[in-house]
Amino acid sequence: MDLDFTAAEDALRAEARDWLAARVPSVPLPSLETAEGFAAHRQWEGMLFADRWSVVSWPEQFGGRGSSLLEWLIFEEEYYRAGAPGRVSQNGINLLAPTLFEYGTDEQRERVLPSMASGEVVWAQAWSEPEAGSDLASLRSVAVRTEGGWRISGQKTWSSRAAFADRAFGLFRSDPEADRPHRGLTYLMFPLDADGVTVRPIGRLDGKPAFAELFLDDVFVPDEDVIGEPGQGWRVAMSTTGNERGLTLRSPGRFTAAADRLTSLWHSTADPDAGVTALGDRVADAVIGARAYQLFAYAHASRITAGGVIAAGGSIGAESSLNKVFWSELDIALHETALDLLGPYGELSDEATEAPAHGSWAEGHTFSLAGPIYAGTNEIQRDIIAERLLGLPKGRR
Amino acid sequence: MRFLLDGEQREFARTLDGMLGSAGTPGVVRSWASGDHGPGRALWGRLGEAGVFALAVPEEHEGVGPLPVELAVAFGELGRHAVPGPLAETAAAGALLGRLGGDAAHVWLPQLASGKAVASLCVLSPGGSPYALDADAADAVFVVDGDTVRLADSHGPVQPSADPARRPARPLGGVVFAQGPAVTAAAAYAADVAALVTAAQALGLGRALLERTVEYVRQRTQFGVAVGSFQAVKHRLADTLIALEFAQPLVYAAALALAADDPAAGREVAAAKVSACEAAYGAARTALHLHGAVGYTAEPDLSLWIRKARPLRTAWGTPAVCRARVLAGGTLR
Repeated sequence: MDLDFTAAEDALRAEARDWLAARVPSVPLPSLETAEGFAAHRQWEGMLFADRWSVVSWPEQFGGRGSSLLEWLIFEEEYYRAGAPGRVSQNGINLLAPTLFEYGTDEQRERVLPSMASGEVVWAQAWSEPEAGSDLASLRSVAVRTEGGWRISGQKTWSSRAAFADRAFGLFRSDPEADRPHRGLTYLMFPLDADGVTVRPIGRLDGKPAFAELFLDDVFVPDEDVIGEPGQGWRVAMSTTGNERGLTLRSPGRFTAAADRLTSLWHSTADPDAGVTALGDRVADAVIGARAYQLFAYAHASRITAGGVIAAGGSIGAESSLNKVFWSELDIALHETALDLLGPYGELSDEATEAPAHGSWAEGHTFSLAGPIYAGTNEIQRDIIAERLLGLPKGRR
Repeated sequence: MRFLLDGEQREFARTLDGMLGSAGTPGVVRSWASGDHGPGRALWGRLGEAGVFALAVPEEHEGVGPLPVELAVAFGELGRHAVPGPLAETAAAGALLGRLGGDAAHVWLPQLASGKAVASLCVLSPGGSPYALDADAADAVFVVDGDTVRLADSHGPVQPSADPARRPARPLGGVVFAQGPAVTAAAAYAADVAALVTAAQALGLGRALLERTVEYVRQRTQFGVAVGSFQAVKHRLADTLIALEFAQPLVYAAALALAADDPAAGREVAAAKVSACEAAYGAARTALHLHGAVGYTAEPDLSLWIRKARPLRTAWGTPAVCRARVLAGGTLR
């Protein structure tokens, strides 16, 4: 057992650190949940891609570096430590790409992945529907067979990034006669500017259009945009949701960097005569939580390297549920503690010119509040943990 | 990097688990609590033969250590089986004397390493305990006071603890046998070892409590169905597992930091201690609650595990002390 990095891993860390130090904007980009910010972030993705930093874990042929999971974790640590911008392409990179690697065709990979990695095409996810949030099996939007493809109709909602994105991916009911609700679903990709698509941005809690409703009226999707076999969408999608809950969406670097900033904030605001206060205890717990999450990720990466998880089959899905509950609660705790340390300045939104740290704590706090809801609510995750890891009987939700 | 136990370490854990599982530890705990140390000392001897205490003792004194990772593995199993006695104190005394060397090390370390002798240790410091655990059962009670260390002559009356198998008493008298900055440094290291193994012990305790409670709610029925099918019950147990799972790597990282003499080791140990002990205490509260009135009664063996959680939480570093220590530095790594 060790926590030692190899020379190659240290070299990657140093290279990333130097690259980021030279290029991370000194003033943060505007929020990516605005038109202006979206464009600026898209440009940043292009810069990352040009030097193969946008998708380090992908094979080189698609613009990556073929990095291991551990190398990816190292890169992310440096990325967030440098205060680099949030990733506008992350829905595509973290949710769609792994599915294409597993279930896509060569043609799909070659067509979709490079433009995703460069930020040229930004993807929105279209999972949820007004009557189906965490319960994806109850989806109602339909895909009807037609010559050369499918015609999709229905309504999607809470589509992250869809207000400004180019394309979307989601599940559609292609066989209403299927004997079980999660059978008869098909996984499709479609353009957001196609005939029959209406995008209605939805303001999140702070009013920014972080997601949108999609109204789909007989939209044509060619066969080449079906991922995996028609009717097998549930199985295809499950590989994505595992990713969404697990490490690939929320690398520890994000939280270790935030914990570092929180510690600095504590040392700069705490009254040295007051000793450790209740607020100080919360800072300590956030620091400990970020370290625990980082170490859990190192263990996870070690298990994957050792082949243990893959050999054990489905356990990675349940393990990602442990992660999801932990990081989503940690994220809120980090930001709430920072806002409390800021006292009267904590109420200022990221649009306030006098907001501390360019409003990054304020915007981060708003974003963190969605954590326990998206990617399968924490209630669903706890059910998965209880049933699959602890072996408790299924019951009414 | 391979942040996983290796095959030998896992096998060591399995061997201890098997040995302790058939040792009837609940009976040993009850005897120990009543002041009859015979069965406990017999078990202690077997732990010594299995090499548990040698892990804290340097090779030149007939030990195999110090091996903090293996100590953490072993103490996880001791906690899982609720083994009584001054376990952390004996390991820490080994660490203290190992660092100090000299005559006391020469006399005591081989006996501690083999399990033939039981030690207790008291490090007098602000916020620390004035008591030596199980002084009445120990062959030697070491007392660190500032930059001096002495071997106590005797002890005051045993003060009953929340865990009846813990028998704290004030150490009395004794002659100083080492003094100076080396004592201060060795005592700080020993206290870190004690905190680390206490954290590991707490995690084992928490895992045992979770397992027993999961078993119980699977078979206990109310309103015609298993209690374990209720979402409120499931979620409480899921949270218990999450707390234990995320505390575990902190314990191993702290062990690695101690093994490497990392300057940040003390803070890593503090982080491990607070999260492991909070997780175990949470597991005890959950076990008590989900067993209902059964969990609130002393007769079932479950109570032996539940009652350990509270003292472990404050032994060798209260949550407040540990959090202050984490805060005193920069980042953890």
